[in-house]
Amino acid sequence: MEEFKPTPMKKKYFTPVVIGLAVLVLNGMIFLLARFVFGIGAVTNLDNQHPWGIWIGLDVAAGVALAAGGFTTAALGHIMHKDQYHAIIRPALLTAALGYTFVAVSVMIDLGRPYFIWHPLIMWNGSSVLFEVGICVIIYLAVLYIEFLPIVCERFIGRVNLPGMLKRFNNPLEKLLRLLDKGLEKTMFIFIIAGVVLSCLHQSSLGTLMVIAGPKMHPLWQTPILPLLFLLSAISVGFPMVIFESVITSRSFGLKPETHILSNLGSMVAPLLGIYLAFKIGDMMIRGTFVYLTTISSASVMFTIELLFGVIIPLRMFMSRQIAKSPTGLLIASFLVIFGVFLNRLNNFLVAYTPPYEFYSYFPSIGEISVTVGFIALEVLLFRIAVMIFPIVSVPDMSPQRTKYSVRGGIR
Amino acid sequence: MANYSRRDFLKTAAIAGTAVTGLSSKTKAAPKNILSEDRMGVLVDTTVCIGCRKCEWACKTAHNLETPSIDTYDNRSVFNKMRRPNDKALTVVNEYHNNDQDKFPINVKVQCMHCDHPACVSACIVGAFSKQENGSVIWDTDKCIGCRYCMVACPFQVPAFEFSKALKPDIKKCDFCFERTKEGKLPACTEICPVEAITYGRREDLVKAAHQKIKNYPNRYINRVYGEYEVGGTSWIYLANKEFEKLDFPKLGKDPAPGVSEAIQHGIFAYFVPPVALYALLGGVMWINKNKKKTENETEI
Repeated sequence: MEEFKPTPMKKKYFTPVVIGLAVLVLNGMIFLLARFVFGIGAVTNLDNQHPWGIWIGLDVAAGVALAAGGFTTAALGHIMHKDQYHAIIRPALLTAALGYTFVAVSVMIDLGRPYFIWHPLIMWNGSSVLFEVGICVIIYLAVLYIEFLPIVCERFIGRVNLPGMLKRFNNPLEKLLRLLDKGLEKTMFIFIIAGVVLSCLHQSSLGTLMVIAGPKMHPLWQTPILPLLFLLSAISVGFPMVIFESVITSRSFGLKPETHILSNLGSMVAPLLGIYLAFKIGDMMIRGTFVYLTTISSASVMFTIELLFGVIIPLRMFMSRQIAKSPTGLLIASFLVIFGVFLNRLNNFLVAYTPPYEFYSYFPSIGEISVTVGFIALEVLLFRIAVMIFPIVSVPDMSPQRTKYSVRGGIR
Repeated sequence: MANYSRRDFLKTAAIAGTAVTGLSSKTKAAPKNILSEDRMGVLVDTTVCIGCRKCEWACKTAHNLETPSIDTYDNRSVFNKMRRPNDKALTVVNEYHNNDQDKFPINVKVQCMHCDHPACVSACIVGAFSKQENGSVIWDTDKCIGCRYCMVACPFQVPAFEFSKALKPDIKKCDFCFERTKEGKLPACTEICPVEAITYGRREDLVKAAHQKIKNYPNRYINRVYGEYEVGGTSWIYLANKEFEKLDFPKLGKDPAPGVSEAIQHGIFAYFVPPVALYALLGGVMWINKNKKKTENETEI
């Protein structure tokens, strides 16, 4: 079998797509500035009837779900010890680290008092679901950065070369990196398991978040098993997210997609998606909420789209052998799963939320959409920068005899 | 009995102390076991209210909110559409059509209900909300981070947020005149009410009084006290001559509002057993797989 090795990508950074994305980022930043100068009300369509909008429903809730590739691949590659999947762990890790960073940033811009974001660290409320989600996300973000450190070490050990004034820090920094690398090599398993546990906790608790809204939430979505549904959907979107991101990356950098690994990965999606679907339908049957599907309303339409295009169709696609073999087929099927989970979070947090006293219905403002789109664009741009600096994407290895650091002349 | 702030301190200390061994089950924010029997409440008799809106003026004045002069409150055209409390008015009075007598419309004062098991207290990420011994549910500006989860949680859709402020926006809601009652004064609205439509007193007594009223005037009231059982009971309770749901009261069950949410939360975190068990399980799986790999490699060689 061909040996794959993570290598920094070498390609021109700016392409027409990149410039287009940069414009979107800039547009978002302008609205973001307005939010901080004139307040949340000036930029968003939020009001006392609709306390949460797409900054929470999409940026945070969907953002957390779509960063699930990080813990699912970590569980597969490290805990189940399936070595063949090592090539996809790093891109998934980067996606998760970036994703969670933006989740934190999104929470911060949505907070009325962003400068008090540290309060939950010292002011605890054990019964608050949001408190648990918050603490878990903070710790998991730290864990993700720790998991990323070995990649930084690999890239810079033996190559620390700060310019000018900072030159004298070269040696201490080099020593620090080596120390970190050595220490983490022995202890990484602690963080990897912690990452998976923390993910399971907050992915499910994100579902519990809306349970307290009680009758304010449409019965099609409001169920005591929301945490289970959120966890199952997060687990089933993990691999599709990795497949999607891997195919796009290889196309963007002109590499051959790792079809073999990806179709193996795809073969695991159908069972996971099937379990999720079973619980979703079972819950609907037990609570008898299918009656709401007999009338046409925004809720019933959105629920049908979510289930049909986001779960059932991709489930059928992932069961097909032909689709599993073609990168394009995998790309489309994966996209549908991602779309389904994205829509599910949107539905749970926004569509299902019907306040008892509603004078206007909520639709995100230009400002809210701009900021959300800007953040997604910025994430893509940062991902591109990161894979060009750090050894993340695996390419066929040209020098298989090379051992760690040997070429860079470091002493181990 | 100590009030909630001391309890909160003990609670935090208890959590900190038991962080490793597990969460204490006594950390529930819904104060089932510590509700004071002497907690106060207000009985609102909607059949007595004349819709003079003096309470709106008194409330704004007591809370240093901007208000026009008291004379302007005679203007009844505001009743043309239903209003809700917001960041500029902590209480509002609405008017509803009366089936039998057109001359006497029904007026309903709306404000925070001060639940006995408040969803906002349970939900708040930093514990900025607390149910006080005297029954009021109050909000602490020094803790709040402005996440607005209380607004998502509240079944009565009461907490309002100052969306127009970039710096230090507040959550605004009726605080049961906590500062005034502390000094022995009446809540501003009950003090000014010219027809005694709103009565301040021990909640237990008020519930009894309400039922006595229904018994004495069965034609005047429907046989229900809104807030007696809704979401586990509220400090503010209502009497009316018409189904409450027709007067825009939300239809709610008898279970405390945070109910299932807290049960799930405490189930997942029961003394930290499930997370720790999951950690151990994953660790075991990882160890077994690693050893399997090793032996496979050895046999290959």
